[in-house]
Amino acid sequence: MITAKTKQQPEVLEAVIIRFVGDSGDGMQLTGTQFSDTSAMFGNDIATFPNYPSEIRAPQGSLYGVSGFQVHIGSVEVSTPGDNLDLLVAMNPAGLKTNLHAVKPGHTIIVDTDSFTKKNLEKAQYETNPLEDGSLENYRVIEVAMTSLTKEALKSVEGLDNKSITRSKNMFALGMVYWMYDRSREHTIDFFNKKFKTKPHIIEANTKVLNAGFYFAETLELIPNAYTISPAKMRPGTYRIIMGNTATAWGFLAAAENSGLELFLGSYPITPATDILHELVKHKHFGVKAFQAEDEIAGITSAVGAAFAGDLAITTTSGPGLALKGEALGLAMMIELPLVVVNVQRGGPSTGLPTKTEQSDLLQALYGRNGESPVIVIAASTPANCFDYSYEAAKLALEHMTPVILLTDGYIANGSAPWKIKSAKEMSTIKTNIVNEVKDNWNPYDRDENTLARNWAIPGTAGLEHRVGGLEKDKVTGNVSYVPENHEYMTHIRAEKVKRVQNYIPDIKTEFAETGDLLVIGWGGTYGSLHSAVKQINEEGYKNIGLAHFNYINPLPKNTEEILTKFKKIIVCELNSGQFSKVLNINFNGFEFKQFNKVQGLPFGNTELIQKFKQLVD
Amino acid sequence: METAVKKYTFKDFTSDQEVRWCPGCDDYVILRSMQKALPEMGVKREDVVFISGIGCSSRFPYYMNTYGMHSIHGRAPGIASGVKLANPNLSVWVMTGDGDAMAIGGNHFIHVLRRNIDLNIVLFNNEIYGLTKGQFSPTSLVGQKTKSSPYGNTQPPFQPGELAIGAQARFFARIGGNNPKDMTQIFIEAQKFKGTSLIEVLQNCVIFNDGCFTNITDKAVKEDKQIYLEHGKPMIFGKEKDKGLILNGLKLEVVTIGENGITQEDLLVHNAKEQDPTLHQMLVRLEYPVATGVIRSFNDVTLEEREDALTAQVKANSKFKKTDDLFFSGETYEVK
Repeated sequence: MITAKTKQQPEVLEAVIIRFVGDSGDGMQLTGTQFSDTSAMFGNDIATFPNYPSEIRAPQGSLYGVSGFQVHIGSVEVSTPGDNLDLLVAMNPAGLKTNLHAVKPGHTIIVDTDSFTKKNLEKAQYETNPLEDGSLENYRVIEVAMTSLTKEALKSVEGLDNKSITRSKNMFALGMVYWMYDRSREHTIDFFNKKFKTKPHIIEANTKVLNAGFYFAETLELIPNAYTISPAKMRPGTYRIIMGNTATAWGFLAAAENSGLELFLGSYPITPATDILHELVKHKHFGVKAFQAEDEIAGITSAVGAAFAGDLAITTTSGPGLALKGEALGLAMMIELPLVVVNVQRGGPSTGLPTKTEQSDLLQALYGRNGESPVIVIAASTPANCFDYSYEAAKLALEHMTPVILLTDGYIANGSAPWKIKSAKEMSTIKTNIVNEVKDNWNPYDRDENTLARNWAIPGTAGLEHRVGGLEKDKVTGNVSYVPENHEYMTHIRAEKVKRVQNYIPDIKTEFAETGDLLVIGWGGTYGSLHSAVKQINEEGYKNIGLAHFNYINPLPKNTEEILTKFKKIIVCELNSGQFSKVLNINFNGFEFKQFNKVQGLPFGNTELIQKFKQLVD
Repeated sequence: METAVKKYTFKDFTSDQEVRWCPGCDDYVILRSMQKALPEMGVKREDVVFISGIGCSSRFPYYMNTYGMHSIHGRAPGIASGVKLANPNLSVWVMTGDGDAMAIGGNHFIHVLRRNIDLNIVLFNNEIYGLTKGQFSPTSLVGQKTKSSPYGNTQPPFQPGELAIGAQARFFARIGGNNPKDMTQIFIEAQKFKGTSLIEVLQNCVIFNDGCFTNITDKAVKEDKQIYLEHGKPMIFGKEKDKGLILNGLKLEVVTIGENGITQEDLLVHNAKEQDPTLHQMLVRLEYPVATGVIRSFNDVTLEEREDALTAQVKANSKFKKTDDLFFSGETYEVK
């Protein structure tokens, strides 16, 4: 029975996890982004997780073509997109089939019934229609003929073809979810107005469908009541929603501004790193030179050239690209030029899982070059702090005259979160090693006595003409040298230079407990998952579990060994088969590093982490 | 601020490093020609950068008292592109060989030519791998016996000029490795040319491929076997200046002035500046006579010019002057 419902106050929730799923052409990424942006502007803390196939438009209705976008919003701190869903919006049977397992029993599923045709059910390998066979009886299923309702809503709009009409059904779903969670439509309508400035009929159509979905949810008693999530307590200031890759790009912009250098990016498109290139090409107004090269190798070699000529030079890539860049990275290390290589890690090996996340390039970053070839390796750990660590990577490269590898991953690179905007002025200063004056007995390999950074003489500076190259060089003059003792000396000094970076990076701090039963160790993009799991387990009464999350991998912070001694047990959690654990084993004797590893192309889930931690302390 | 360029001599461009090529190698000729050409170019020494890859040719930067980088195999075009884009004021030279440029570095070679960045590339072509001690290269001839083709090479060669012009090279010159006088002039021409210039030097390898160009470059035969092309001048060659080129249908044909009623007026006149590369392609493929000199010199917009124009336009229209303008723009919100 359908009746108009009485207006009631929305019920207040602390947090909610929603996932939108559909075909890869159904606009699920856009729908999810709109919902999360609107919620962030309302004041919620948010975390998002886009999960999509590598095919651009996979065959419609197929199980492997399902594209999803998960968003976690809260009035409390939110550090992961969450595990189990309060609401699943499934635009087709394949989306329902592949995501049902994540929905909390008793919670809500919205489906577009128009898509539950015989053909689509077959493609999703359903023998019977799940909407009819009782298999969903543990959930609250809201069946909506979204496609037909969208068509109905657009009857009066002229100039729309069938495809555009069907494609806007995602806005119907969004409208419904906006009503359910008491959100304003204003941000999304503004978005239509900007995005489709030159296509008024598309603005009209999308707005109509969004409103239709909103009113449909309001007037029908299919949905018992609306919920709301109050604004989170966040530090006061000006915020914006930022994606990890954008934050990475912006950190470099800030570093260029603060160092007074021009920014040069040499890059070749590769998932999931390409958005950094997309972002930096926009910023010619800051003098950014973004060069799309013919391949990964030319991406890095052009950056090496730009570094030689005095730019802040970076190259961006993902796993397979880092493999291709190895030789040139070794050259940059050998000639001691500042260079940042960003590796947005994805599932490997080989082509692997291009659109999925993993942390399996750590050992490649540390050791994946011929000869003894140490470089600084650091890792960002949240979408927003990609800004801080790209800035830091640039600063370390310039101040220590060495390549730096910045590791992020698909999860934080594509995820978005609120960012309390930082001005470049708030960032630490950057002091380059550029030398302008001609001194007596000057040599290109003269070093700073503290950092061991060599001085940086840039073409165009009269009197400092010099040659560098990949051959071993004399420790004083930089000329080619095959002297055995000199080679050993130079090998050591290149390693020592990187090691001394320890003196310039912060100590590692443990969270939740400084000493106790269990130390959880992580690095890079798993911070959100580990933080939220350790927080929860401490809230459940396990008071002696600490978290040490590493952003500096090579060199490790000076006090690393000290914190290891403060806990009875140590578990290293990584999205690989134990690479950081190997690094710790090599560096610190006498500790047992237990491992929790996951190599599924997916982030850690809260439940699996907590279960594992409890096993170790119970 | 522009300051007058000091008057240099070749000594100013000579580094303190001992040159380590094999005695009698044409690379010495290239080095000396470059050191003589640079003072004539009107560029400051501190603005000159030599970038090389790997191979005998690639030791070149060590011997020049300029900025330089001896990099990795095949990748000099990428590095040089980065240097030039970072500072367009520099005079940037790529020193490479047939293996470095067309085997391991083939991809970079074609793309650097396509883009037309204002670089100069000197290709030392000796039709052999020297530094690895004598394997066939992408320009070795079919049948050529080398250490890696003891029964004769089975891989057909590239003609560098043909490949380069196919990849849209705007400037291509070829010169014998034993001809310092013309080589020096060609280097100066290449520097003047705005865009990527490629100079192929027919370079003898005294150890592994000795005499590979003798029948073209030897003093006794060079005037009869080569045609030295000059823009605007008739295509004439021979010791007696009695031979020339005409177009017969779709082929170049060698004719003798005075025979069959041919006069100098009948000969083709070299137009290096022509955009259409058809005739330039025929000239680079010609086996007799072998075309030398500046074969193609077509003025085109460079990549830097395109980039500069775009940057100026974006800067003029942008409201973003500092990063703060960007970071605080668009959809921000306040938390109180």
